[in-house]
Amino acid sequence: MAIPLDFLKRIPYFAGLQDRDLASIKNLFFEKTAERGEMLALEGDPAEELYFVASGVVKVLKTSPEGREQILSIVRPGESFNDVPVFDGGPNHASAQAMGPVVLYGIHKADLETTIAKHPRLALNVSMVLASRVRNLVSLVEDLSFKQVIGRVARILLENSGDRSGPRPQLTQQDMAAIAGTAREVVGRSLKALEEKGAIRLEHRRIVIKDKEALRQIMAVP
Amino acid sequence: MYDKLMPIIDTDKCNGCGLCVTVCRCGALVLEGNVITIIEVVDCGWCTQCELVCETGAITCPFEIVS
Repeated sequence: MAIPLDFLKRIPYFAGLQDRDLASIKNLFFEKTAERGEMLALEGDPAEELYFVASGVVKVLKTSPEGREQILSIVRPGESFNDVPVFDGGPNHASAQAMGPVVLYGIHKADLETTIAKHPRLALNVSMVLASRVRNLVSLVEDLSFKQVIGRVARILLENSGDRSGPRPQLTQQDMAAIAGTAREVVGRSLKALEEKGAIRLEHRRIVIKDKEALRQIMAVP
Repeated sequence: MYDKLMPIIDTDKCNGCGLCVTVCRCGALVLEGNVITIIEVVDCGWCTQCELVCETGAITCPFEIVS
């Protein structure tokens, strides 16, 4: 099926292209739907299609051998995934999973390459999209490599745990990310790691500190 | 002051994109008049996915930190 022209006009890949060009490009797309939790791409697998999210949200993630998840990006409507393997011909560098019901518009690698050859403007757009992606990933690498985020999160929890008598402070993961100077996704991972270490317990709307001393020790690691 | 029972919606920030509705596992969120509204919180597991996907920061899921 052909995708709506208005959708193509809104996505950065096709910015600046004429309506008549977009009208022919849209016929190259196919629609795909998926339910919550469905894997849309698997790390290590080959990828022959580039996907744009039409509705819903997709997360791009890496999974450790122990099953720990690191979200690399959240893909919202108008944004794409599978770009890297489609352009470099290698296997998928990460997996992609539907966070809810999603509608995707896909284009086969060969059709995309033909389209780029016909429309040089598209090549420039793709460069800009990929450059932006590199910026975001470099920022995440910096967070994961150089910042002792888990120690900072431990400190935040210790400093903001109220005693039972007075009002207790409440923080969102975004609040903690802002305090720690990192991304929300990294805070989420740190909280899970602290729970695995037995220092805290995540409950409905509550973070229960189980072992203050463990938190202090994690905080003290340089 | 945070509400203690449910994710908090800032209707001024909500752009009505509906992404939170698509990721909500318990059907607690609906779009009403192009703004997100909470209709049910009993089953809310506080997964914070709605907060994660919200691009405008309109939804917050605060944690109470207790020792």
